Amino acid sequence: MSAFLLTDQPIDTTAFAHALRRDEAGGYCSFEGWVRNHSDGQDVLGLDYQAYRPLAEAEALAVLREAETRFEIIAASAIHRFGSLAIGDMAVWIGVSAAHRDGAFLACRFVIDELKRRVPIWKRERYADGHSEWIACHDTEL
Amino acid sequence: MASVTLEYFALLRDEAGCQSETLRTEASDLAALYDALAHARGFTLPRARLRVAVNARFASWDQPVSEGDHIVFIPPVSGG
Repeated sequence: MSAFLLTDQPIDTTAFAHALRRDEAGGYCSFEGWVRNHSDGQDVLGLDYQAYRPLAEAEALAVLREAETRFEIIAASAIHRFGSLAIGDMAVWIGVSAAHRDGAFLACRFVIDELKRRVPIWKRERYADGHSEWIACHDTEL
Repeated sequence: MASVTLEYFALLRDEAGCQSETLRTEASDLAALYDALAHARGFTLPRARLRVAVNARFASWDQPVSEGDHIVFIPPVSGG
């Protein structure tokens, strides 16, 4: 059972991580994405995220379900924040439980990569010199 | 002639100067609609770098524009 949350509040992973715990799970792997203070040699003060909620939720759930199909895992969940974030804030969390570690590591990597590539969420970097810029990462050949 | 609602995100929102707008269009498909709007609003992103969604589902550029469509042009994403 996968779950995805898009929130403008600070990310609290407690309930989501707890929901991944199963008697048949031998382990759990998670990834946290944080706001860092630099990008391409520029000092960053913070990030602003926008999301197209209905499609972001549908696409993120599709990614999580794909992970459950492709890898030997028990469950995968994710949380993404939007709005204005400061240095050190958690922007994204991925959690995957599995019977064995290989599936958990692989699926965790798959989910963050696919989420960055295809879920309609955008970040703008605010720089110390006063300007800001929307960042583009995706693969436009889809 | 169809009446559609456009919702903008990221760079397109900045360039459009609004979050959403409703307009009447004679564009035959989504590609023609973006091209017309890009000209009218001064959007700088070439269509080849965008995706498009209609009524919260990804759509193809040759999809006809229908009355009441909620359309979102999707700039290159950058979540995570």
